[in-house]
Amino acid sequence: MTKEMTCIVCPIGCQLTLEPQGDTFAVSGNKCPRGQKYAIEEMTAPKRVVTSTVAVDQGMYPVISVKTEAPVPKELIFEVMKDISKVMMPAPVVIGDVVIENVQGTGINVVATRNA
Amino acid sequence: MLDVCIIGGGVIGTAISRELSRYQLQVRLVEKNEDVGTETTKANSGIVHGGYDAKHGSLKGFFSAKGNAMYPQLEEELHFGYRQTGSFVVAFNETQEIELDRLLENGTKNGARGLSIISGDEAREMEPHLSKSITKALLCATAGVTSPYELAVALAENAVKNGVEFSFHTEVNGVEKTDDHFVLHTNQGPIEAKIVINAAGLYADRVSAMIGEDNFTITPRQGQYVLLDKDQSFMTDTVIFQAPENGSKGVLVTPTVHHNILVGPNSDYIDEKGDVATTSEVISRIMEAGRKSIDAINTRKVIRSFAGNRATSSKHDFSIGETAVKGFVNVAGIESPGLTSAPAIAVHVADILKEMGVEMVADPNFDPTRKAYQRIAGMSGSELKNLIAEDPAYGRVICRCETISEGEIVDAIHRGLPITSVDAVKRRTRAGMGRCQGGFCAPRVMEIISRETGLSMEEIEKQGKGSYLLTKRTKDALERGGQDA
Amino acid sequence: MLKYELVVVGGGPAGLSAAVEAYEQGVRKILILERDKELGGILNQCIHNGFGLHRFKEELTGPEYSRRYIDMLDETTIEILKETMVLEISETKVVRAISAERGYMEIEAEAIVFSMGCRERTRGAIQLQGDRPSGVFTAGTAQRFINMEGYMPGKRVVILGSGDIGLIMARRMTLEGAKVEAVCELMPYSNGLTRNIVQCLEDYDIPLMLSHTVVKVHGKSRVEGVTIAKVDENLRPIPETFQRIDCDTVLLSVGLIPENEITQNAGIMVDTRTNGPKVGELRQTEMPGVFACGNVVHVHDLVDFVSEEGALSGLGVAKYLKGELETASNFTTANGDGIGYVVPQTVTMSNVDDQVTFYMRVRSVYDRHIVRAYQGDTLVAEKKERKFLPAEMVNFKIKKDVLANLGDGEIRFVVEEV
Repeated sequence: MTKEMTCIVCPIGCQLTLEPQGDTFAVSGNKCPRGQKYAIEEMTAPKRVVTSTVAVDQGMYPVISVKTEAPVPKELIFEVMKDISKVMMPAPVVIGDVVIENVQGTGINVVATRNA
Repeated sequence: MLDVCIIGGGVIGTAISRELSRYQLQVRLVEKNEDVGTETTKANSGIVHGGYDAKHGSLKGFFSAKGNAMYPQLEEELHFGYRQTGSFVVAFNETQEIELDRLLENGTKNGARGLSIISGDEAREMEPHLSKSITKALLCATAGVTSPYELAVALAENAVKNGVEFSFHTEVNGVEKTDDHFVLHTNQGPIEAKIVINAAGLYADRVSAMIGEDNFTITPRQGQYVLLDKDQSFMTDTVIFQAPENGSKGVLVTPTVHHNILVGPNSDYIDEKGDVATTSEVISRIMEAGRKSIDAINTRKVIRSFAGNRATSSKHDFSIGETAVKGFVNVAGIESPGLTSAPAIAVHVADILKEMGVEMVADPNFDPTRKAYQRIAGMSGSELKNLIAEDPAYGRVICRCETISEGEIVDAIHRGLPITSVDAVKRRTRAGMGRCQGGFCAPRVMEIISRETGLSMEEIEKQGKGSYLLTKRTKDALERGGQDA
Repeated sequence: MLKYELVVVGGGPAGLSAAVEAYEQGVRKILILERDKELGGILNQCIHNGFGLHRFKEELTGPEYSRRYIDMLDETTIEILKETMVLEISETKVVRAISAERGYMEIEAEAIVFSMGCRERTRGAIQLQGDRPSGVFTAGTAQRFINMEGYMPGKRVVILGSGDIGLIMARRMTLEGAKVEAVCELMPYSNGLTRNIVQCLEDYDIPLMLSHTVVKVHGKSRVEGVTIAKVDENLRPIPETFQRIDCDTVLLSVGLIPENEITQNAGIMVDTRTNGPKVGELRQTEMPGVFACGNVVHVHDLVDFVSEEGALSGLGVAKYLKGELETASNFTTANGDGIGYVVPQTVTMSNVDDQVTFYMRVRSVYDRHIVRAYQGDTLVAEKKERKFLPAEMVNFKIKKDVLANLGDGEIRFVVEEV
């Protein structure tokens, strides 16, 4: 099945077309090779960094910001959000502190992105 | 049993409540919204008229001339914001010039003071940004501007101080007459009172009909306005009306008491009393018409537009007096110049009560004064130093556009009327009135309201019932009862 | 009276960078005045990532980016007063400020950097008509409620404006459980980065409605819906296309305006193209010793360039304090066809190291175009990009030796077909 997507590697935003070709895809519409790499990753294993907040006990604000240390599979985003929602971090928290270890079995930690 | 129950907390109801608080009477004011001054009172021109416009012989003419003269003292007592700016009615042609003569004559009959007709050049000498095409102007030196909602708040706070009770979120659904008193059926239960004063504004016809007095109707007559940034205050510090032509009164361009510029209103009958939606068609019509008086009016300097509805009576004049139902007093159809007339109407209502045989014993403890806000905007260094030393909250600026401190907001919350909404704070302190329209300060104002009143953030409203701002905490962990914001 | 060599008004990314650079250049007595209870400015609520690719060559979230600068600051003797509001700056560079802790202060400054940032355009400013219920927020206010205070401002959302803040908030509200019905954009193109359109909208199947606007808000107490419409080529709503969308929340992401009240009160004129003060190559304003940087000068799209501009002003302050800042300018810049504005507005060659970066914005989307700098009819330099977008600030660097070949006068920037 043919698939269309917008390339986000650079500001041009090429409209990419992907045709299945065996295990992989043939990419067209890209003006540079980075587009091809992006497109195939997006088709085979799309990943995103999730940024959100967690509750903090006794901080300057009731929540602090967090992120996944690395991109997680796109389909797990909402599951990651659910896990994040349940956490209550006691202050003090320092940037980089692990909030959730190995979130959703991805091997990736959720870490604090600000101090509290 | 109350001696008097006033229905409606607009500028009329609050003025009456304050006037009656001079006497040893048990008075309560009931208001269906969350605060005083939330309907017609909060959205009008804010002009203290000279008293020349309303037809001689009408109640409007009588009370507006009288009310105008009461404002300086009222401001001294209550500090709600009033400036005698003077006003012009400007003419662009001979037909309109004839109107100016007519207004001068009418005004003199009404007892209006400070009237004279001046040339276009003389007018432009006083206000250089006036249009070149203005040929003549009627100057009224005694006209001024006020802040109608701050006046209503001030009157109410002073009434509270002198013993009047206020019940908000209290809507009257029926009025029952017994032998010697009334029972008001409200959504908060029955209220018994010997005398009922109907100051229900747009809804005065419905309240009156509850006791069978249905000989008038109130039709909402809409007025939309545009408010310009303070940096446009150079345009005029005089109220600029346009002389009527072909039945149209034109629009006015006026400084507000806080030095913004207000342009408007239109005058269109509408169906629904509570409809205060603005439309781009009317707004552009107003701007266009305003530019006739001052062509520098700039759309890019608009910080807000809004609409209010005038309570226009089928009788086309104020209806003030005891009805055929003994003890039930109507104060209805109070449209422009109702704001100007309010203090005079209040005194008149007290007189009506006397005539009705109510025992009016002056309260020796009556205090006519309300303390002014300590506003940090414009204070000198030494004033700021002393004030912040006394109360550090005045050193925390919450609203950046208008320079409003936490101290002022806390003060507003503890002045005797319950505060449950961001707009109630805004009307009292001006936090959120500036060019960012509360973008920065609304979250902080909510935190202060929450801290001072114990309301949760989700319970705090923008402007009364149903106008919640926040739906829930973002995190389950917070909902489960973590630390409060 | 307190005395400082440099007083920085605003401790966001611009001010932090200015202070750090001035310190690096040898200025020692520096004070930062910050109105909030922490440094970092708007970055504190920008919890998404994508910051710092230019400045730190890695992808950081907003709070992480500002922390980098706060850590640098901790290594210095720069003083900071938080929860301190500047009321006014006199012509003699006396700063009047207040705080709860210190009360009223008058601070004598030899040099001042303005770094107050910008504010959002509001419902009133864009003349959005209709009812006046609760539930209409600027995107930044909603962002603060969610990311700092931990509250949701609504459940069903329509967003007006597809600038990056609007796009980021569409994803943010979705992740927190709200339903974003649509993002409407008045222009025929989005003002946000493609990456954000993909990762904030397409990832969550949120429709982006180009050439659409909100014409009316409905709801007496709380927002109950909006009427949206397609607009014609003159950006006027087409009545036949009116449609109602039910929602309880409207977020506005309709532009930012530099916050220059203090600047103007100090008697410094504001350029109507940028809404900021006119500045020179080291961000000096027309008032000697007063500099400005970041979003107070012009609205940036990347914080990295805000920091860059902050550093320029820090350098300028150091030169000024040493008496090395030349005041007579050689060039003025002008925005020609297709260019909305150019910063800096003046250039003084003797203050320039080896090149000048001219920041500018194009007026619409240009494919197969080039930006050229001219003096009179003489081509000075050109800047190529695959595509020019109003949303992406053009960074046009011209070497000093190229400028040195020109006579004093105006340099005009234009967009031309390739």
